[in-house]
Amino acid sequence: MGKGVALSTAEPMGAARWLLRGHSALVYAFFYAPIVVLAFYSFNESQLVGRWSGFSLRWYEAFLQNDNIQSSLWVSVKICVASTVISVVLGTLAALSIERFRWWGQKAFDAVLYLPIIIPDVTMAVMMLVFFGETAELFNIIPGVDLTNGLEKLVLSHVAFNISFVSVVVRARLANLDAAMEEAAADLYANRWQAFRRVTLPQIMPGVLGGALLAVTLSLDDVVVSSFVSAVGATPVSVYVFGMLRKGVSPLINAVSVVILAASMTLVMASLALERATSSRKR
Amino acid sequence: MDVVVEPGLEHQAERARSRHGFLMGLPTMIYLFVFFVVPLGFVVMYSFATRTRTGRTELAGWNVEAYERLGETVVRAVAFRSLWIAAVTTILSLALAYPLAYFISTRRPATRNMLLVGVMIPFWSNFLIRTYAWRVLLDSDGIFTRIMSGMGLGDGRILFTNNAVILGLVYGYLPFMVLPLYAAIERIDWSLVEGARDLYASGWSAFRRVVWPLSKPGVIAGSILVFVPSFGAYVTPAILGGNKKGLMGSYIVDQFMDARNGPLGSSLSVLVLVVMLMGTLIYFRQGGRSL
Repeated sequence: MGKGVALSTAEPMGAARWLLRGHSALVYAFFYAPIVVLAFYSFNESQLVGRWSGFSLRWYEAFLQNDNIQSSLWVSVKICVASTVISVVLGTLAALSIERFRWWGQKAFDAVLYLPIIIPDVTMAVMMLVFFGETAELFNIIPGVDLTNGLEKLVLSHVAFNISFVSVVVRARLANLDAAMEEAAADLYANRWQAFRRVTLPQIMPGVLGGALLAVTLSLDDVVVSSFVSAVGATPVSVYVFGMLRKGVSPLINAVSVVILAASMTLVMASLALERATSSRKR
Repeated sequence: MDVVVEPGLEHQAERARSRHGFLMGLPTMIYLFVFFVVPLGFVVMYSFATRTRTGRTELAGWNVEAYERLGETVVRAVAFRSLWIAAVTTILSLALAYPLAYFISTRRPATRNMLLVGVMIPFWSNFLIRTYAWRVLLDSDGIFTRIMSGMGLGDGRILFTNNAVILGLVYGYLPFMVLPLYAAIERIDWSLVEGARDLYASGWSAFRRVVWPLSKPGVIAGSILVFVPSFGAYVTPAILGGNKKGLMGSYIVDQFMDARNGPLGSSLSVLVLVVMLMGTLIYFRQGGRSL
């Protein structure tokens, strides 16, 4: 549709053209070079990070044998799973409520829903610290609730920022869908639950899964909020690693970093592939 | 209740639907109220509260002392240093991202998608680890240091300086700049540029008069998305920075962890929040959409 012609107008000519290409290549190198170097050094035999002395997997072995890291990884997995499940349910409900219905006060809800996305980590962390400091005793009155061990606090605060991200992703999906399908289901005497389960849910599933992957990623990523609310004995891996790497570089941290990075990159690529697979079918 | 004029089935159905939507959002509303709005309220309350001699914060004897302290030289220096670092980070990111976003959005769709994925992957990869990667590069034995000194560009030792912090922030937040810029440039109707060229505008003036103004929403969105987190950054300065207490994020954390001054830490958090809200307002007044 004439787009090719238009794009040729957009292409600068002569030297500018090559400058643009060279610049872009350099920026991509800037994005990936540090990661590649880090991965490279994680296979270094030497105790000294900057000196290459041969290939070795000894730092990965050390990682597998380090009980502290293993237990913090386990803590992270628990927080991730719990906070993702809760925030996916709450985020999807919020998305449906805003995107499919009109009700009084909706605008205010929408605005509050955006805040956790743009609020700086540090502010969010302070909020959670102050809040739990003031109310933990109140919560502990509820039978079966014990906020002193930190795990619940971590889950609760991760859900607080994850809901918004999930709802953004699900809303984007909902906005592209035709509400007529749901109406047709209703015309065919499906009750609300049937219409939701058989029509709406399958259609928004890619968005829900994308949101879930995002929630897992963010939960694994978080350092600041977690280090403010975590208690001794329930340290998530990001906080543990942060503590380690503030002390300086070591080949062990390199290996741990590569493992975490590989996990988070796999998640990103999975969510991108998911998005791709579903959007290409639509258009 | 509605006995005034005939309510009509339509009207009733609409009311039922709207109630249904409200109930659907209710659990999330309650959650966010308890675990987001109330915590925010506590921080605001803390910023007006009293600090006892033992370093506890007491929700009594309301005062504005914590806000008065924002005017102190030390605190002001921290705020201005953070503003400065955030501003430099934003400008550098814009300079790096604009040509890249232009390049990506003017490729063929298949290439474009691949290039975009190339930006998205670092965007969502673990921030902490990506920052740590620079620590390895900038180490006295690190590759960056050796290359810089090898090229005769000083001794290349920038670790633990503000320059290292800026480098780390640009690296960390660059995708936040590229993506909105891409979204803005991709929407440009290139026939306008063609028109300008037909009217004998040079390539440069066609860019300045047509492309740049049309891409402005992206420039503003990207700048805010980079500026706000840079201003309150904590992780990057902690890993790459020198004076650990010299920047906003670290200074706030320090108020709660070591200095035990809840009110001051809270008033600083409110300040960060105000900067964020101002950014958001500018963003929406410029007609920005959500990402």
